[in-house]
Amino acid sequence: MNGFRNRLIRTADATAPLLFTIALFLIWEVVCQVFKVDPFILPAPSRIIEAMVRYWQPLLRHSFVTLWTTMVGFGLAVVFGVALGLLVGWSRTIYRSLYPVMIGFNTIPKVAVVPILVIWFGIGEVPAIITAFLISFFPVVVNVATGLATMEPELEDVLRALGARKIDIMLKVGIPRTLPYLYGSLKVAITLAFVGTVVSETIAANAGLGYLMVQAGSNFQMSLVFAGLIALAIEGIAMYAVFAVIERKSTRWAFRSSMSAGA
Amino acid sequence: MTPFVNIYRVTLTYRGSPGSAGVLALQDNSLQVERGEFAAVVGPSGCGKSTLMKLVTGLVRPDAGRISVDGKEVTGPVKIVGMAFQNPNMLPWRTVLDNVMLPLEIVQPHRSRLRKEKKAYREKAEALLATVGLGGFGDRYPWQLSGGMQQRVSLCRALIHEPELLMLDEPFGALDAFTREELWCVLRDLWHKLGFTVILVTHDLREATFLADSVHVMSARPGRIVESRKIDLPRPRDIAVTYEPAFTGIVHELRGKIAEVRQQA
Repeated sequence: MNGFRNRLIRTADATAPLLFTIALFLIWEVVCQVFKVDPFILPAPSRIIEAMVRYWQPLLRHSFVTLWTTMVGFGLAVVFGVALGLLVGWSRTIYRSLYPVMIGFNTIPKVAVVPILVIWFGIGEVPAIITAFLISFFPVVVNVATGLATMEPELEDVLRALGARKIDIMLKVGIPRTLPYLYGSLKVAITLAFVGTVVSETIAANAGLGYLMVQAGSNFQMSLVFAGLIALAIEGIAMYAVFAVIERKSTRWAFRSSMSAGA
Repeated sequence: MTPFVNIYRVTLTYRGSPGSAGVLALQDNSLQVERGEFAAVVGPSGCGKSTLMKLVTGLVRPDAGRISVDGKEVTGPVKIVGMAFQNPNMLPWRTVLDNVMLPLEIVQPHRSRLRKEKKAYREKAEALLATVGLGGFGDRYPWQLSGGMQQRVSLCRALIHEPELLMLDEPFGALDAFTREELWCVLRDLWHKLGFTVILVTHDLREATFLADSVHVMSARPGRIVESRKIDLPRPRDIAVTYEPAFTGIVHELRGKIAEVRQQA
């Protein structure tokens, strides 16, 4: 009896996210039908799916543009973010001198930068890539630097007393212990990168989901706007899942709480 | 002949922010430890015991006075020491064996030999783990071990490169009473077997009395050794010795001295 109950609970646990999502869309559908919501204000999911089927080709094409510009911007953010994070975590002086600038930089709304980027690089993918880079860069830097800065001073003492050079300490301890922080930040950074790309696409682009949604909006095709939103959400969730899996696989030791001691 | 570890009239001030006076951690402090001796330093908290560790290992330079280890003046990191702290400081992404072998990746000449003679070094590390009762645990991860077991691994890591001097900073402070006494015996046996010199910093007077040849009492800030006492209880000592009147007498005496020192502070 107990075994059956446990299995039931486990199945419920595994399917709950899916069930909840379906329920959400069902409620949405029912509300739209029952209250006769104007499809121009809020199209029902059935209409959105209809639009997705009808416009699957442009949706796919624009989704792909958004995906690759986001990935390029995100890739740059990871490369430069890790490099700067290591630099900042390496020395207190660099940390102190760079920090105010980085904070100030991060505080600037990236939307405000897009017009400047357009003047510099023209309309197209480049501003989108740079916006994605700018917005997702900061969490990577901060997390890498934090991982290095929170190294146990005693452990550093042990190694230094053995004659370890700074580079030894970094390679043996600093960088490995920073990895969970880095992977954690990648999940945040990738979702932010999508925000950056779409913000730029809505302002200055001739392709991408942001562009598609603006165009559809000005043609009063609300169901297509929402179809674009759904496509964005799917891309975001998929990339998040990819990095969550990478995180789990490569820094298993950091999830030790889920494993029992002495197992 | 100079002692193995010679701390001679050392003064150290930690400078705070510019303008503030700084903290006088140690003043005119002297301590001598012979080769192969087990020395314990006890004192009230915040008396600069840990500072003493950093000075001897060359992590911090004194403002005045001289420190020498094995006849050589300490001017930088001293490679013939091993260190262990209250926190085992294991690297969770490495197995127990790889944790123990970490110093070998740093200290010469092991560092350059390690790759070629990996197998021999692994066997050596496994043998060391076996002597502390952790034979066969090499492939586990630190987080799969109990606190006491992790502290044993930490001792192994401190000893793997065969240091002549072992510096211990309250290594058993975070353990429960039974585990602590168990580890006293582990340390005692290691010391008998390998014959290194030990400086043990602790606030546990029973621990100091049970393990050490000499106990040094330190005053509160600024830290100074105010009394040194030989412990001439016969060796090898069994844990039962801690219930004998001679033992309790020494502990009482040390306690009295500490209380006196704390009053002055």
